[in-house]
Amino acid sequence: MHIRTYHELTEPDRSGLAAQIMAQRRRVAQRLAGVGRLIAVMSGKGGVGKSYVTAHAARALARVGRRVGVLDADLNGPTAARLLEARDGPLAVREDGIEPAVGADGVRVVSMDQLLADGRPLAFRGPEAESFVWRGAAEAAALREFVGDVTWGALDVLFVDLPPGLARFQELAELLPAAPAVLTVTIPTAESGDAVRRALRAALERGARPLGIVENMVGGAFVGVAGDTLAREFGTPLLARVPWHPTPDVWHQLAETIWNAV
Amino acid sequence: MKFLCVDCDRQMTFEERQLPGDGTLAAAFRCPQCGRVVAMLTNPMETQLVASLGVQIGGRTIPAQPMEMVRGMVAGGKEDAFEDGGGHFPTWSDDAQERLARVPGFVRGMVKRIYSEYARDRGITVVTTAVMDAARTELGLEGM
Ligand SMILES: Nc1ncnc2c1ncn2[C@@H]1O[C@H](COP(=O)(O)OP(=O)(O)O)[C@@H](O)[C@H]1O
Ligand SMILES: [Mg+2]
Ligand SMILES: [Zn+2]
Repeated sequence: MHIRTYHELTEPDRSGLAAQIMAQRRRVAQRLAGVGRLIAVMSGKGGVGKSYVTAHAARALARVGRRVGVLDADLNGPTAARLLEARDGPLAVREDGIEPAVGADGVRVVSMDQLLADGRPLAFRGPEAESFVWRGAAEAAALREFVGDVTWGALDVLFVDLPPGLARFQELAELLPAAPAVLTVTIPTAESGDAVRRALRAALERGARPLGIVENMVGGAFVGVAGDTLAREFGTPLLARVPWHPTPDVWHQLAETIWNAV
Repeated sequence: MKFLCVDCDRQMTFEERQLPGDGTLAAAFRCPQCGRVVAMLTNPMETQLVASLGVQIGGRTIPAQPMEMVRGMVAGGKEDAFEDGGGHFPTWSDDAQERLARVPGFVRGMVKRIYSEYARDRGITVVTTAVMDAARTELGLEGM
């Protein structure tokens, strides 16, 4: 029996799965055309203050007149909406997409927290037994929709608040027309430094541009010099050393530094 | 993916997609020469994997709605997470409204809009359950 190959069949692939994926990418690229700078905020570990630093830096930038958005890419542990006082919905559906909520100081926010019923973990409808097969794809698609289906409009800066680990950064980089700039948050300890090193290396291997390091929770129980060490190792600036409960001028300073770095 | 009628050595064309509602999917392809129809049946996991990617086998019949995957697939979503704008839309018969009410609140607005747009585009002024059935088959809307 002779069966022609896929490529020998010259009529178009009506299913066009690849074409549909390309259309999704175009949608993302068009959406981001109005965004001046996209900054992915990452760390190796959870609980080091990524979301806290992101929210306060975003607010400080907005206070000096920049148009700022925060996309909460931590789908399973979303905190950006609470930090930016933008938990209360509903999100308005417009012809061309979902409108982001407007939070403190005018920062635009989209977070899974706005969409889930109180206290509910993120779960998807579908065959539970095999969820390990498709859950990753569903989360990546949710991220894509947060980027591409939200009317972000013209922004000076869009922060993407990432969960700990590497997976979401990879998904983000995959989506974007160009690899994002990366703002890295660490606490002073060597342990956090190790985790950040791994994450940052992987990001740079994907073509990301390091924007700088923020050392958070400085001057308390956490002892170490991870911020300086990482900055030296990666040849990137230590943008700020943020103490516990910093004063507004710390954020103002950091916002200015970030603005000048991108 | 492509389907080839080996006897005729002709590429088959996409005919229709059916979602019986048990998580499975059927996509039918027809040979333009001999007319033979074959159906590809996917199990719930395969169906879900494709849906998770936000793509449709056989091609898209309606453009993707904003946050279609999130709104269609997230379980335990907030009832009033989204607020759909109004617009010039048909009215709904009682039984159609009743069926719409059984759709989870999280996606109800979007589902309503899809049916409404379907009806509007065809000059239908009242959405009935029959219209919903026709739209379901034509547009390939699972569980809507
Ligand atoms: N500099 C800081 N001063 C006071 N509290 C902080 C500081 N940095 C982080 N926090 C608090 O620590 C906790 C963890 O921070 P979070 O931003 O959620 O971490 P991550 O996003 O990295 O997981 C939060 O309760 C946050 O408010
Ligand atoms: Mg966080
Ligand atoms: Zn044939």
